[in-house]
Amino acid sequence: MDQQILNAIFIGSIYALFAVGYTLVFGVLDILNLAHSAVFMLGAAVTYSLTVNHGQPFWIACILGIAVSAVMGLVIEYVCLRPLRRRKAPPIAALISTVGLALIIVAAIEQGQTGTFFSWLWVDGPNSVAFPAGTIPNPTWHVGDLTLEASKVAIIPISIALMLILGYVIRYTQVGRGLRAVAENPRAARLLGLDVDRMIALTLVISSALGGLAGILFGVALGDISPYIGRDNVEVRGLAVIVLGGMGSVPGAVIGGYLLGFIEVLALVVLGSSARGGVAFAALFLMLVLRPQGLFGAQLREKI
Amino acid sequence: MDFFIQLFTDPVGFWNSHTLLIAQIGINSILASSMFVVLYSGQLSLAAPGFMAIGAYTAVLMDLYWHTPLALNILGGVVLAGAVGVLVGLPVLRLRGVFLAIATIGFIEALRLGLILNLPITGEGLGLKNPTADPLGGINMVLASVAVVLFVMWRLTKGRLGAAWSAIRQDELAALSQGIHVARYKMIAFVLSAVLAGFAGGLEAHLNFFVDPGDQQYGVTRAVQILTFAVLGGSGHFIGPVVGALVVTSLPWVFQQAQTYINVVTGIFLIAVIVFRPQGIVGRGGLALVRPWWWPRRNVRAPSPG
Repeated sequence: MDQQILNAIFIGSIYALFAVGYTLVFGVLDILNLAHSAVFMLGAAVTYSLTVNHGQPFWIACILGIAVSAVMGLVIEYVCLRPLRRRKAPPIAALISTVGLALIIVAAIEQGQTGTFFSWLWVDGPNSVAFPAGTIPNPTWHVGDLTLEASKVAIIPISIALMLILGYVIRYTQVGRGLRAVAENPRAARLLGLDVDRMIALTLVISSALGGLAGILFGVALGDISPYIGRDNVEVRGLAVIVLGGMGSVPGAVIGGYLLGFIEVLALVVLGSSARGGVAFAALFLMLVLRPQGLFGAQLREKI
Repeated sequence: MDFFIQLFTDPVGFWNSHTLLIAQIGINSILASSMFVVLYSGQLSLAAPGFMAIGAYTAVLMDLYWHTPLALNILGGVVLAGAVGVLVGLPVLRLRGVFLAIATIGFIEALRLGLILNLPITGEGLGLKNPTADPLGGINMVLASVAVVLFVMWRLTKGRLGAAWSAIRQDELAALSQGIHVARYKMIAFVLSAVLAGFAGGLEAHLNFFVDPGDQQYGVTRAVQILTFAVLGGSGHFIGPVVGALVVTSLPWVFQQAQTYINVVTGIFLIAVIVFRPQGIVGRGGLALVRPWWWPRRNVRAPSPG
């Protein structure tokens, strides 16, 4: 049981880290960035590829994986979002363009096999792989009847530190004030001399870097890296997390992530593994029906 | 290219070799119409795959256990989908925009992961065999259904119901102040959408020997795909979503050379269309794709749900 609680905290940290990026974009732009789960997968895939196929040290691969994710955030902004903003398209159009980008990213990784066009990026096609033992430092401790693997334990301080830094930046720095101003009212922010487009690009970069990092942590801790980890594990759960915490609220996404981790582990223990997914979504549905603003959301804003 | 060459030079051969594709386009057109109804009334609901699953499983199970005729099976699925639509619609229709979308995602995934993958009667995730399926013979029925659905859509959008939906989409508060019973009309749209999705689900199940409870079939992936039909085609006119379904469904056949990279091509296509024509292929004014320079400028704005 203690081990299960620990697992809930591990997986909750990954959900939280992923959802923070999701909710940041929703808070600033009022759109759902459906390419976020593809960026999550890309971060993990690039790190794996650099470590295992290109023989780079794990730490460098991690940094490059996060950097590639951040650049992908810029791609999302310049290809999928900015042209639509220029044309005053409805927010629903951004759903379609980000889905299109997600399709491209997943298909590119999926087709990466030896001898194909994308082989420099990924060679395992649609298969699921894990870091071979020895490529990453992973000491394991036993405390009582608990098994503590460094790869899992490290998730907790990393994600908490990052979320604290992000919270500090948003709350107390000039950049954070700018972001909040754009989230509140883009037109007023522009009138006050803020470069709104730059703020939005920055939001996407931060969000995607966090998403990529969440992917790396997921891949390291769960030993499951495939083109579909984003779609299968976090795409819809990320929605559940940001709804539980309140759409657009960063602290809400953190609490929501841990909450979902606990709900799922509880469902696993009480109902067995097959009901796990269903329970999470039933919770999501009930939450929206009973308290649509989430646990920590401000009052509902009508957008999209 | 071969696709179009065959389509124009050898229509009969095209029909024979692409029957399954044409049937799938038909099914997707009905699904796109189901999405159109909710979008036209200003609601972003992604519940269609859930109602499809209800329609499909009900039809196949009635056939397996009671050996009832096909029409009755599909009708059973449609009725059950409509009834569930009322039950789901009552709580969720108070939500708007992306909140409604996420709540309906919660509904379809709770239904699929919670019930369909766990109940013994639905095959517990292994799916259901459907021995009486008729993949090729069902095509006439599918095309007739598409014609009926399109006719109904045309009459509805021209009538009082369509006017009310349109008013709610454009400004819910104004519609309310004009005496339009907003909650009732939203519910009608939601249930009609559920009925259409249940119908499409039943039809699709009849075309396949196997009912597969995967994400591509009754999950979020399918929901987003159906949304793509409607938004890409243009949700301001009833013909738009059907055009979207036609274009998106036939893309893999049109770009046969791309083969394994078909999803890359599809992704580029989606982004290109939505970036250059945010209001969809069929804009608000109908099928006019390009405005000739001498034609008076129309104020084209994308219809926004919510």
